[in-house]
Amino acid sequence: MADRITLEVTRYRPEQGTALEVVDYEVPLRPEWTVLDGLNYVKDQHDGTLSYRWSCRMGICGSCGMTVNGDPKLSCGTFLTDYAPGPIRVEPLRNFPVIRDLVIELGDFLRKLVRVQPWLTRAHNRPIDAGEYLQTPSELDDYKQFSMCINCMLCYSACPVYALEPTFIGPAAIALAQRYNLDSRDEGSAARLDVLNDHDGVWACTFVGECTTACPKHVDPAGAIQRYKLTAALESMKGYVMPRGGQ
Amino acid sequence: MSGRGRKRSAEPLLWLLFSGGGVVAALVAPIFLLLFGLVFPLGWIDPPRYDDLHGLMSNWLTRIVLLGICMLSLFHFAHRFRYTLWDGLQLKHGILTVACYGAAVVGTVLAALLLLQL
Amino acid sequence: MTAEPAAAHPAAEPVAGRQPLYQPKVSRLWWLRRRSYTLFVLRELSSLFVGWFVVFLLLLIRAVGQGEADYQRFLDWAANPLVVLLNLIALGFVTLHAVTWFNLAPKAMVVKVRGQRVPPQMIAMSQFGGWVFVSLVLAVVLVGLL
Repeated sequence: MADRITLEVTRYRPEQGTALEVVDYEVPLRPEWTVLDGLNYVKDQHDGTLSYRWSCRMGICGSCGMTVNGDPKLSCGTFLTDYAPGPIRVEPLRNFPVIRDLVIELGDFLRKLVRVQPWLTRAHNRPIDAGEYLQTPSELDDYKQFSMCINCMLCYSACPVYALEPTFIGPAAIALAQRYNLDSRDEGSAARLDVLNDHDGVWACTFVGECTTACPKHVDPAGAIQRYKLTAALESMKGYVMPRGGQ
Repeated sequence: MSGRGRKRSAEPLLWLLFSGGGVVAALVAPIFLLLFGLVFPLGWIDPPRYDDLHGLMSNWLTRIVLLGICMLSLFHFAHRFRYTLWDGLQLKHGILTVACYGAAVVGTVLAALLLLQL
Repeated sequence: MTAEPAAAHPAAEPVAGRQPLYQPKVSRLWWLRRRSYTLFVLRELSSLFVGWFVVFLLLLIRAVGQGEADYQRFLDWAANPLVVLLNLIALGFVTLHAVTWFNLAPKAMVVKVRGQRVPPQMIAMSQFGGWVFVSLVLAVVLVGLL
């Protein structure tokens, strides 16, 4: 096995012009090294101006998402040896504006995330003396999978609908809405329905399924969206039958 | 839950029709096209005799089922094709959406008329 | 980045004092970029052949409604090589539709039996079973009319 591998890194340096540029860097090919390790090597040894986001190096912070050989990946969980002999193309996540090199603008996602109110909502909070809100293992099971989302945005990068309809609220936001909708302690599903039962909500999705393929945490956003379509459709039918929206 | 401020969108209804049509078309279309599109025309098996087929199809229950199959499958087509035009081909005109669902409505009416003639 | 004003779309508006963003563009041929996208577009195009299935069915209904001679004419027309070819392609697409539909439908449904989630594979299996059953019943009814 060769002991070096080439990274073809997409660079965007706005002070030098508005075009993207691909720069090749040779890095050591070590079995324990990931694409992120390769980039850190480039930054230390070749070019200190290379910009990218990373933090935990263990697939939980969700900040090192990149497009590796065309696929959205967490660069800290993507090993160089899997792509030997290379070269490996490293691009910023697709479907997002690029600030610099591999750093994307994520404000759009953050604003969408807030709109689905991804937190426990209750009409009346119980006094603390009343103790915890208990939950059975089956009730935990209902939403646990969706709580695994780390907001890495790989699903947005994989989603052609988001590419074509940037107003689409997107896979992770809907999966996280379901994380709270399906939580037995939550009472906020009516407010979320107003956001999700919309052209820009679940109805924009055509079930390509690539979000689920891309998800590094097995959240299955595509499944979450399909399930929510059924929920939203049935809720709406109730609305047609009972215009007052009685419950 | 208050009904006020809730958007009265047609999307949920259209999606339910699309889904119903998806199930019906998946169950019925392959075997129907296999038999009447290939097996009978190519003479692998003799087609049903006219009197038998007419007797089967003119049964009122059959007519209602056939109307359901036609209507749901047409709405399935309309809904999916609308998204194909919109996303796949980037043809974003409201008139195409109206044309898709309009074709489904016209086709359903036509199916009802033809079934009445049996 | 924290005090950024809300922009309507990701195509985020320029922020004062910041360098311009690179805006990605989507090609009209985006669906050729990945095999899974191409398969998705083929699946979506199956809708055209579901439409053709209804047209073909309505032509049969019309022919049967108009009498034995018209039914025979319909059968002769269906044996035209071009029509056979069209039906062969249509059969391929509606089968793609059926397979993808029964594979994906379990995602929309969560069935719980005594607090345990029924595995999605079980739901998919039962749907494929239902498909085979309906196809056999229809085949027996139509062929058994002999």
